[in-house]
Amino acid sequence: MHGIDWVDVGLSVLKIAIVLGAMLNVTPIMVWVERRGSALIQDRPGPNRVGPFGLFQSFADAFKFILKEDMLPAKANKILYTIAPMFGLIPALTTIAVVPWGRPFTLPGGRLFEPIIANVNIGILLIFALASMGVYGIVMAGWASANKYSLFGGIRASAQMISYELSLTLAAVSVLLAAGSLSLTDVVWRQTGSFVLFNVIKLPAWNIFSPAMWMAFIVFFVSGFAETNRMPFDFAEADAELVAGYHTEYSSMKFALFFMSEYMAMATMSALVTTLFLGGWDIPWYTEPATWVGFALSVLSFVTKVSIILFIFVWVRWTIPRLKYDLLMKLGWKVFLPMAVVNIVIVALFIARGWL
Amino acid sequence: MLEAVPTTEAYLMLSGTLFAIGLVGVIIRRNMITVLMAIELMMNAVNINLVAFSHRFASLEGQIFTIFIITVAAGEAAVGLAIIIQLYRLKSTINVDEARELNG
Amino acid sequence: MSPALVVFLVIGTIAVASSILVVAMRNPVHSALFLLLTFLCVAILFVMKGAEFVGAVQVLVYAGGIMVLFLFVVMLINVRHLPDERVLSNFWKGGLLVGLAVFLLFFTMVRPGVFHDPVASDQALRTTYTYRHRKVHQPDGTVVRKLIRRGKVVGNSEAVGMALYTDYLVPFEVASLFLLVAMIGAIVIGKRELSAIEEENIPAYMLERSETEHEVKEAMSA
Repeated sequence: MHGIDWVDVGLSVLKIAIVLGAMLNVTPIMVWVERRGSALIQDRPGPNRVGPFGLFQSFADAFKFILKEDMLPAKANKILYTIAPMFGLIPALTTIAVVPWGRPFTLPGGRLFEPIIANVNIGILLIFALASMGVYGIVMAGWASANKYSLFGGIRASAQMISYELSLTLAAVSVLLAAGSLSLTDVVWRQTGSFVLFNVIKLPAWNIFSPAMWMAFIVFFVSGFAETNRMPFDFAEADAELVAGYHTEYSSMKFALFFMSEYMAMATMSALVTTLFLGGWDIPWYTEPATWVGFALSVLSFVTKVSIILFIFVWVRWTIPRLKYDLLMKLGWKVFLPMAVVNIVIVALFIARGWL
Repeated sequence: MLEAVPTTEAYLMLSGTLFAIGLVGVIIRRNMITVLMAIELMMNAVNINLVAFSHRFASLEGQIFTIFIITVAAGEAAVGLAIIIQLYRLKSTINVDEARELNG
Repeated sequence: MSPALVVFLVIGTIAVASSILVVAMRNPVHSALFLLLTFLCVAILFVMKGAEFVGAVQVLVYAGGIMVLFLFVVMLINVRHLPDERVLSNFWKGGLLVGLAVFLLFFTMVRPGVFHDPVASDQALRTTYTYRHRKVHQPDGTVVRKLIRRGKVVGNSEAVGMALYTDYLVPFEVASLFLLVAMIGAIVIGKRELSAIEEENIPAYMLERSETEHEVKEAMSA
């Protein structure tokens, strides 16, 4: 074994601290955006009492959660009931580790700083493996609550998530085929630069603009909504039918954990969409210098893209009504799955013809 | 990287233990779903063996076979669970001992 | 003791303990969750033996797919209460004996040191090979075409993928066919045939609205 390189350790800790801090702050910010955004869409003021523009509303909410009584239903399975929220949170927190969030640059000491926590060669596979664990939090919560509504929420969630995970993965396969690598760093590097479409428009070489992959983008994006249990597909909670679905019986911080994991999963999904289809940290029509300036600009670009996607999540939630459950399954199996497979064939053809 | 100190034998012992536990589960349990889970456990024990040997003989074949076994396990679970659901609809039980009508 | 050995001992102990609990637990949901724990431990063991790709597939397929399916079925059946049943079958003593015998068999077969573990080099597990014909001049003046194998060190996932799509292409295709057959089989077996009474009870508006009777049946069984 080699000796431990303390500078490396320090840099890793720094990266983890940055990403963890960002992820933990996503929830309060997104709750505020969600509430103000819904108010904007429904033409009402929204929370505006705590702090300027109601900015501190989330912190007031968090404080309230801490002070609430932590209840345990009489017939619930105590252990599973307690660990279910943690099980939901862990995948949401860990998947972000393999997403690159800025352009690498050389530190003064001649060391390369790569803004990614774990640059592993199975990158996206790790994401899907961890993300597939997210369903257990919901299923366990639904089952352990000893409540019919919770149980139905859990059953629906498990069926929905394994259905949509397929199309999600297959849509990502198109991108991986084009990049020729499972590592998300390579996926982003392939999308830097630009190409000229029909000799007219100069477009950034992002996958979404590629004629071969816009279909995969649609499949991935919509399946992402289903995978994070967001509005057109939020059958795990479905407040009109199942009270609150799997977290009907939860209160206090346990409920807050579910809340947090939902928003973190949203943030991870946005980061994934950005990385796979929107060029990651790439700035369109601009070549970032390989210094800390380029790094800062690229991080800014990445955060901007993720924020836009996150806002679309909110926008869609307050615009599109919930699907019927059988339609949801039909959409997943009979529309998105074939679309994703067809898209893989298209990308393969493009690669074979040398167009990609 | 981690050193390969846990030897091939250690892996084989572990895999043998898991396999024996799975076998006991298949024989002694009456709940069909648990029996199916025990079968999955046995398949996983075999996978451990294959991966350990793949590392010992520095050959990818073990890993390839593991992937095929995982494929088979997935298919087996799907069909097995479908049979269990159908049996439950038919007899309102998932007890292995109740499903012995062909036992003349 | 090296760190790797400590990790192995801890993970192995957890795996064995949780697999015993899989068999011993009365409630299938608990069994399923302990089986999940076993699978995750096994995935870590895979990674320790240089099989990152297989470890990821293990988590993805077993933990993300198969176990969710198990839980789904358990909960589907649990919705209507099962009658209390005896957990063990009548010949559980015999079963334990057989298990013990198999365990002893493995124990006697695998003695420490049988395989003379070499200093491990898992480089071959992350290498892809390309084959090329090359003309080789023999000492006696003749020219012979020889097959040259050249290895290139890449990642484990790339190596496995390369092997799957070259040397093992036929088994791979057979496996895909197997999956198709299993899928069709599961759908055919799992599909519920509606009884005559149930068919009569389909409300008229549902028959009017949908195009075919078949679709109604599908909607009812879903």
